[in-house]
Amino acid sequence: MKSLEELMALRDAAKAKMTARDDSTAVTRVVVGMATCGIAAGARPVMNKFSEEIEKRGLTNVTVAQTGCIGMCQYEPIVEVTEPGKEKVTYVLMNPEKAVKVVVDHLVNGNPVTEYTVGAIKK
Amino acid sequence: MRELSLNVLDIAQNSVSAAATLIELVVCENRQTHDLMLGIYDNGKGMTQEQLDAVRDPFFTTRTTRKVGMGVPLFKMAAEMTGGSLTIESEVGVGTKVRAFFKTDHVDFTPLGDMTDTVVMLITMNLHIDFVYRYQVDEEVFVLDTRRLKEILGDVPLNDPGIAHWIKDYINENTAKLTEVQE
Repeated sequence: MKSLEELMALRDAAKAKMTARDDSTAVTRVVVGMATCGIAAGARPVMNKFSEEIEKRGLTNVTVAQTGCIGMCQYEPIVEVTEPGKEKVTYVLMNPEKAVKVVVDHLVNGNPVTEYTVGAIKK
Repeated sequence: MRELSLNVLDIAQNSVSAAATLIELVVCENRQTHDLMLGIYDNGKGMTQEQLDAVRDPFFTTRTTRKVGMGVPLFKMAAEMTGGSLTIESEVGVGTKVRAFFKTDHVDFTPLGDMTDTVVMLITMNLHIDFVYRYQVDEEVFVLDTRRLKEILGDVPLNDPGIAHWIKDYINENTAKLTEVQE
């Protein structure tokens, strides 16, 4: 059974890791639309998948955040990826499987997954 | 919405937008009478009587990008479909309390779904807000208060991956126990 005492041990482990992480410079932001439209379209599992994959692959220079309605509800779940010094990439109609591909191709290897972007949909 | 926990996530986002510093999420189930109450209470900026009268209307929203706001109407519909109801109390400068009442034995009852996921997501995405999660089944209660967690953690954030996992497991174990013990 988990107890609050256990949390103290975890805190010390996390502290040790935090100092190791501090020198990471530029940060890539992954932002998931989490308004009514996004949530109803399945944004929660998408966001969880991003967090899970980013943690699993030890990508300490990537943060995951949420935002409100991005304004294209029919294309939710929408995820925006902003790398430092580059133009924002907007992914639409996301699902957990697509999220894994975006993490591997875009966040790890630096190649945006063009076929999932809003540009590919609107053509 | 496929799960009521998603409605709770959605309604709680309104509390976040209302600049709340404390949000309480309540699940209260009575298995004998088949009653379920879901509550989202905040100390945010509150609503005027005029806003309060309009908030159940899908064509009312404070946002400027578009003319519809479906959050509260969807939650209200989910409750009323089971023969339940939705109430909102709000006072400017004090906060807002949203409560939805469900009949769990009604054929149109939407399952609660993964409430833990909703709670952990709200906690880890809004580090500046304190959360109290109260989960009650019949006479048994489990309470998680992030102010207590923050006391223990000091400068280690609640969204540290290891800590977030622990919170998830801690809630799941404790809420599962409530259901088991009494069965």
